[in-house]
Amino acid sequence: MKFVDEFRAPELIGKAGEEIRRLADPKRHYRIMEVCGGHTHAIYRFGLKDLLPANVELIHGPGCPVCVLPMGRIDDGLSLTAKPDFIFAAFGDMMRVPGTHGSPLEYKARGMDVRIVYSPADALKLARMNPEKHVVFFAIGFETTAPSTALTIIRAKTEGIRNFSVFCNHVTIIPAIRAILDSPDMRLDGFVGPGHVSTVIGCRPYQWIASDEKKPVVVSGFEPLDILQSIVMLLRQLRNSEAKVENQYKRVVPWEGNSAALRAMAEVFELRPYFEWRGLGFISQSALKIRNAYAQWDSEQRFYVPGVRVTDPKAAQCGEVLKGVLKPSQCKLFGRECTPERPVGALMVSSEGSCAAHYNYSQHRPVMIEGVAAT
Amino acid sequence: MCLAIPGKIVELDALNPQLAVVDVVGVRRKVDLGLLQDDLPVLGDWVLIHVGFAMSKISEADATDQMRTLAILGESEAAMQEVQGYGLENEVRHRERREPGP
Repeated sequence: MKFVDEFRAPELIGKAGEEIRRLADPKRHYRIMEVCGGHTHAIYRFGLKDLLPANVELIHGPGCPVCVLPMGRIDDGLSLTAKPDFIFAAFGDMMRVPGTHGSPLEYKARGMDVRIVYSPADALKLARMNPEKHVVFFAIGFETTAPSTALTIIRAKTEGIRNFSVFCNHVTIIPAIRAILDSPDMRLDGFVGPGHVSTVIGCRPYQWIASDEKKPVVVSGFEPLDILQSIVMLLRQLRNSEAKVENQYKRVVPWEGNSAALRAMAEVFELRPYFEWRGLGFISQSALKIRNAYAQWDSEQRFYVPGVRVTDPKAAQCGEVLKGVLKPSQCKLFGRECTPERPVGALMVSSEGSCAAHYNYSQHRPVMIEGVAAT
Repeated sequence: MCLAIPGKIVELDALNPQLAVVDVVGVRRKVDLGLLQDDLPVLGDWVLIHVGFAMSKISEADATDQMRTLAILGESEAAMQEVQGYGLENEVRHRERREPGP
């Protein structure tokens, strides 16, 4: 099987665009949030905004784990590189994220032992390969990634590997959505629900958004047609004054989620009372910490970390952008002081961050096939 | 970060039922099946892989879909880089070259 570089059912993309224009009431303005950074990236890449009528606005949500991580956590994690015989392992996405004294990559350039791994299991493998050293895995991610970290910690315990610990920054998506809905300057009509997070948590955890907040949620795939179909499904619900959770991404997301993944998470993690999110501030019970039974594998319980709090650079307006109050290009630093090559704010670092996506695709034409919108 | 990469199970680990070799566009790496232990995949099954762990079983048609999704998102290269990096194989080979052993 190969990678195939063409759209699924391109003729349907145009039809979905038409259906959106038919369903959108011209007297209303719709604000739909896509929660997941992968969707944000896809929306910019395919120029989907151009297929939507002006009164259907997409607001980019908080679902980019690199972007919502406060700088203080990066500083705290990197502080462990100062210990002799420590290896700091993290995903490639983290390597260019600036801390107060530089990014992990810059620490590496200064001689610290910083390694890129593609899996938490490989951070554990590093520990097996280097028994004289201690490996810290800097864990980030939503529920998509957290089960893999959990299982890796279980494996470390089972094998009795003691020169390995996790600096845990895993966050959970539901409290972030709740914080956004509680925010007084936000008015949203519905949500495009995250795709891969939902393979783990399923669709049930979004039920309260429909039943209590009366906002529709459609869990969506990542192709142009998926996202447009999800918007059609949202608009259809809104037109019928309905609020339900629907699953557009059935080919991958089971309604119940992944029971083994949820069990692994529950075994290893518990909720932190609160956690700071970049741009959103402190959110109650929005992040995971390692349970006492696994304290041996928790970098924070095992070693001293300073607990740094760093306020974002004043001029950077990451918070407003993250909440969808400002568009990326409305930030004073956008494209001048802050670019993907030299990011000031975290939204510029990851390709899933709305600023990087906006920067990359507003200069080059999006990939959407010419003429599809008109068909 | 949120890449989900389709792969075909081509070899089960005889000693550890929670490990399997997957094939992703010709690249073969070991992945962890522990998150699918309620419904372990068998030889020839397709799975979606995220950070070295199989996350869900999918059909072959859905695997094709997912391949296309990665390609049109411009992420096939990143996906292959991730898969090639699994198991620290580059690092292990490098080390073996340096230390040819006794």
